[in-house]
Amino acid sequence: MAFQKLIRERFFPHLWCPGCGHGTVLNGLLHAVDELGLDQSSLCMVSGIGCSARIAGYVDFHTMHTMHGRALACATGLKLARPSLTIFVPMGDGDATAIGGNHFIHACRRNIDLTAIVLNNRIYGMTGGQYSPLSGQGILATTAPYRSIDPAFDVVQLALGAGATFVARTTAFHVKEIGSIIKKAVQHKGMSVVEIFVQCPTYFGRKNKIGDAVQMLEQYRDRTAPLGSKKLEADPSLIARGIFKDEQRPEYCEEYAKIIARAQGKEA
Amino acid sequence: MEAVSINERWCKGCGICVAFCPKEALVLEHEKARHIPDRCIACGMCELYCPDLAITVDTSKKPARAKKEVA
Repeated sequence: MAFQKLIRERFFPHLWCPGCGHGTVLNGLLHAVDELGLDQSSLCMVSGIGCSARIAGYVDFHTMHTMHGRALACATGLKLARPSLTIFVPMGDGDATAIGGNHFIHACRRNIDLTAIVLNNRIYGMTGGQYSPLSGQGILATTAPYRSIDPAFDVVQLALGAGATFVARTTAFHVKEIGSIIKKAVQHKGMSVVEIFVQCPTYFGRKNKIGDAVQMLEQYRDRTAPLGSKKLEADPSLIARGIFKDEQRPEYCEEYAKIIARAQGKEA
Repeated sequence: MEAVSINERWCKGCGICVAFCPKEALVLEHEKARHIPDRCIACGMCELYCPDLAITVDTSKKPARAKKEVA
């Protein structure tokens, strides 16, 4: 694959730890963009703060590295000003559901045409391994030395409840799914939320004694199952992956354009 | 040129490609991935798995022998 033209090679090797799943997601995203044949100057990536947000520095699209949790708010403004842009918003679990929780649900509610990618590693990696709203109960973190008592959000259910019109989940083990789901999410008109489980071997894996990156990926392989599969039916404790929702609802920028036309008296 | 090329400068030796290569055509040597062309079927999975974007696979270089083996 000719991904060299899609990245800023001068910043490589990237800063992520050995075995970090964020690189795999970047890899899948580049494959998806390459296969869709999208023009780089029509793409923008808007990110917040955290390990995941560093993705924006590596892609040779238009990029904005914004405030913690505010990536979706900035992306909403950008999309309204330049509706023709295809916008990716990579966020970490804390970025999307803690600091940016409010922006997340409202972007879903508005159904604005963005592709939000939630890289869920269940921990704040960059700041040293504090637990996040997606860590879940019984998890060891630097701020939970006696294990976390906080239940986790389910990003898929949260996005569905908030009104996103494309909601999917996959993992860093299922590399072909990452590409195919991102492709569908980009082509979808409206708010797309893609949750991707990514391994953080440095903090989450080591703290919780799961092992290295390979063992964490094996866990994703063994503990998830495709939606509607026999495997999932047989063992409901497995985590479902796949596309949970893909439907059409009026898109925010189009509705806004109609308001502008109405205000200018140009309404048909 | 071989089907798989590894950028040693970008490889961090995480071992993901080594663990998930279906043909065991990759090994870790001095904390870098090394390719064993004789075993490779150029399936392209290592390129997708690599979190460091250090591997590129030219799938058009699939050896005829390996194609038979897969079938």
